[in-house]
Amino acid sequence: MSRAEPSAPQGRGELRDRPQTARARRTTFRATLLRNELLTTFRRWRTVALLAVLAAVPVLVGIAVKIETGDGSSADGGGGGPAFISQITNNGLFLVFTALAATLPFFLPMAVGVVAGDAIAGEANSGTLRYLLVAPAGRSRLLITKYATVVIFCLAATLVVAVSALTVGALLFPLGDLTTISGTQISFAEGLGRALLIALAVAASLIGVAALGLFVSTLTGSGIAAMATTVGLLITVQILDQIPQLHVLQPYFFSHYWLSFADLMREPVYWDDLAKNLGLQALYAAVFGSAAWARFTAKDITA
Amino acid sequence: MAPYASDDSTTAGEVDEQRSGRRKAARYIVPVTVVGVAAATIGLVPALADSGDPDLPKITAQQLIEKIAKSDVQQLSGTVKISTDLGLPNLGGLESGLLSGAAGQGEGGSSADPTAKLTELASGTHTLRVAADGPDKQKLSLLENAAEYSVIHNGKDVWGYDSKSNEVYHGTASDGPERGKDQQPPATPKDFAEEALKAVDDTTSVTVDGTAQVAGRDAYKLVVEPKQSGSTVGAITVAVDAETGMPLKFTLTPASGGAAVVDAGFTKVSFAQPAASTFDFTPPKGAKVTEEKDAGKASDKASGGTPRKHPGKPFDLGEAPGHAPKAGKDFGKGLGGHDGMKTIGEGWNAIATFDTGGEGVPSGKAGGEFGGFIDSLGDKVHGTFGSGTIFSTRLVNALVTDDGKVYAGLVTKDALVKAADAGK
Repeated sequence: MSRAEPSAPQGRGELRDRPQTARARRTTFRATLLRNELLTTFRRWRTVALLAVLAAVPVLVGIAVKIETGDGSSADGGGGGPAFISQITNNGLFLVFTALAATLPFFLPMAVGVVAGDAIAGEANSGTLRYLLVAPAGRSRLLITKYATVVIFCLAATLVVAVSALTVGALLFPLGDLTTISGTQISFAEGLGRALLIALAVAASLIGVAALGLFVSTLTGSGIAAMATTVGLLITVQILDQIPQLHVLQPYFFSHYWLSFADLMREPVYWDDLAKNLGLQALYAAVFGSAAWARFTAKDITA
Repeated sequence: MAPYASDDSTTAGEVDEQRSGRRKAARYIVPVTVVGVAAATIGLVPALADSGDPDLPKITAQQLIEKIAKSDVQQLSGTVKISTDLGLPNLGGLESGLLSGAAGQGEGGSSADPTAKLTELASGTHTLRVAADGPDKQKLSLLENAAEYSVIHNGKDVWGYDSKSNEVYHGTASDGPERGKDQQPPATPKDFAEEALKAVDDTTSVTVDGTAQVAGRDAYKLVVEPKQSGSTVGAITVAVDAETGMPLKFTLTPASGGAAVVDAGFTKVSFAQPAASTFDFTPPKGAKVTEEKDAGKASDKASGGTPRKHPGKPFDLGEAPGHAPKAGKDFGKGLGGHDGMKTIGEGWNAIATFDTGGEGVPSGKAGGEFGGFIDSLGDKVHGTFGSGTIFSTRLVNALVTDDGKVYAGLVTKDALVKAADAGK
């Protein structure tokens, strides 16, 4: 595949005025392809509905905690429930962490699985894949664009949860300086910074699922089958991760270090598991990304 | 493969197809290579990172023990990984319920009570963080899933904070430098090493067994072994920092072989002064705060008003059952001041014995269902003393004879039976 070196982004006006080099044209083409992909994905009703469900989770958690503690009692729960839930009443910012901890095991990866599974198989299903390939984009580039779209969706979905949680938290609960889980105090501004870092860590936790979903998507011509397989794999891995007899394998499950994002709330931050998580996600992205490439570039496109 | 060249029936088109098919299949080499490289990296990097044992000047065991004794590390921060495998039967929730019940988490107790919380260390693998700045400021945190339990000692205050339930435990540290010294965070390799070195006498061989790298620092390896046979303790290895004399890693291997019973070591350590904010603690808004006195009253009430020794020293290891298996000599004391307790033997093979005056362990028939349960935990043994039940873990064995005598120690089952025979 021909590789376009990164060059300065060119505005549309410039393009019309100046004769383009082949390389510049390719870059512009790639940017257009990505933009079109993003627009197609985020305009779909399915995507909007998924994001709406994700945004609703913090609202539900927030209201539930508010009602539960309405009579002045603290959200005790004996330490049960998602992480950080006992601190929400004292500081709304903790709703961000609770919401991410509540959505990360299932809602977020499911949404990513749906979008990733649909990426190639959905096009094949609706018969638009061959038209996409008629354009002089090349299969590798189309695949990269698809993957980039899914990764951007990971980030968008995480941010939707975080922003919704922050809004609900600010409306229902007091904000202010917060106590880290190590017992030290940090300012609200630093807390916000940590929340952003946590959102990024959560989004990065999903790129493994995204690559897996994309690979599954290249295997089949049915969008539904690809989505179901990806979500099924997700649930299977999460169940296997709970079985103590498999502890030798568990460090290699993509979901094993997901909750490590909470380590960002320690003082000092405990990086070991976060680094393991990022490394593992990169490994999944490399393995399943290249497997998807091997499959997709060698595949007969019939639909 | 070659066959198509000699095969006349193969048309040119098919040849092309085969070629392109092979080229397509070749693409799968990429993901396979990625997996291979990853597997090789995971397998090899730890081996390559092991830069070998450091070259340090020779030192005798005596000098090394003096070095540990002289070691006066006031400021440090680090991460400790501790694995304990006592080989206790896995009773799941029952076990932890019993342990925390024993530790006074009665009604009105707090989940942030240090005594209750630190018993969790008695089994499994845990990551701890320790920080210390002089005798007045220490912090110990038990890292949990998306939560943390911290014990912070700062001047007069001792705080326990459980972030999972947002509960705070507050106690006061007694004044005086001596008490302060007692309150070094437990569970560090140093605590274990001190316990082990207390047991050193003429029944023990102490040697220096080369050097090692622990947490990126050069260390000497001190090996403490019982000279007598019959002890369940195989060897105790202590890695001692060459520069500061501070024990960095403690490993207790059982005589029966297999994984270490206790393995506590720093994975990261720094001797720089920790940030002052590490030791500052203000109970978060809305957190449930349990004062030491209240907790004491509540649990005294819960245990039927019997006066019990409450943790005035929350950092004291001895309070937490199952901790830091003390060496043979101290073991008898650990069983509590039971009347008529005697110690048989000396050194590592010491066996504590006492007469319960009772009937021994209810056996399957006599004790009904409960007896059956007890039987399943122990092994029946017979000897010239009669018969009895042996309860064994990987380190501590105990024999309860049918006439109500108890023999217990860090010794093998055979040694217990022999002691019982001799006592008859």
